[in-house]
Amino acid sequence: MVYIAMLTGFILILMGLYGALTNRNILRMIVFFTLANTGTNVVLVSIGYMMGRKAPILDNAVPAAEAVARIIDPVPQALVLTAIVIGLGITALMLAYAYKLYELKRSLDISKCRELKW
Amino acid sequence: MIKHVIALLLLIGLGAVFAGLMVGYTPDTVLNYTANYYAEQTASEVGAANIVTAIIVTYRGLDTLGEVTVLFLTAAIIALVLKRDRQPGFEAQHGWPPSGELLHTGSRLLVPLVLLLGVYVFVKGHLSPGGGFQGGAIVASSVLLMLLTDPLRRFSHRLIAVIESGSGLAYVGIGFIGLLLGGGFLDNRILPLGSLGDMFSAGAIPVIYSLIGLKVGAEFSSMMVNLSETEEQ
Repeated sequence: MVYIAMLTGFILILMGLYGALTNRNILRMIVFFTLANTGTNVVLVSIGYMMGRKAPILDNAVPAAEAVARIIDPVPQALVLTAIVIGLGITALMLAYAYKLYELKRSLDISKCRELKW
Repeated sequence: MIKHVIALLLLIGLGAVFAGLMVGYTPDTVLNYTANYYAEQTASEVGAANIVTAIIVTYRGLDTLGEVTVLFLTAAIIALVLKRDRQPGFEAQHGWPPSGELLHTGSRLLVPLVLLLGVYVFVKGHLSPGGGFQGGAIVASSVLLMLLTDPLRRFSHRLIAVIESGSGLAYVGIGFIGLLLGGGFLDNRILPLGSLGDMFSAGAIPVIYSLIGLKVGAEFSSMMVNLSETEEQ
């Protein structure tokens, strides 16, 4: 179970990077970056998972006294919550700059942007 | 063509690194030291049933303040980059067809319900899965629904800014009250901890997370409103 989730995450990262490297359309690159971002989150969450344990919420199923033996690691989940929010901010910024670039060049093709090419 | 080959080679190398990580990985069978502390102490120290919330709002509260600041910066930069007032007559010259009857009626029904769900998710963040960020995103999705129904709809930027900055100020203010009355910045014990699992428990966590929810919802809404109101030259 852990390995399936982790493998999925790694494959998502690789797919995202491949798409971002080979596509020339800026919007597609942004979509692939978010795919890689999601893959990273999946890998992080899968590291915190432990077989047969419950979510880190104390209730009738997981009394506070037995929490140590019953819950999965809550730290990666807190980290991933942060990562998702920051990822959204980055995506929004990329979209805004893509819009600006489109206004300037009238094209979403990255190979038309040659100013910084060496 | 050569670019694809280089990209593939790069990815094969990265995939080998990942494969090495996966082969060498053995899942933990017991909680590590940090997680152990959180699992043991959350109920007595923080009083929140949701341990992830306890970590985010109290143990690592300062990080969350920084995270909210990053979101605020994103919203501010988008407003700065994209802000352009529509010229008068823009609505008339743009011959957009009206959105369908189904979308109109459906959004009139759904927007209040989605707002209610968002508020529920962030008010109960210390008891159930969810919290300020998730609830804020749900609140903002109702704004998105309204924008889908009527792309030319104007939202009050002043109202969004007041909600955003007011909740941000109150968040930092509660942090300083914790410094004065509790054990440190953003300490939740300025309010009684209550009994575990109650609606009014976990001290200041529901208040702080509701403020975060409002702030995040306002920030996401301002991003979407700015993206939608940008007019093509």
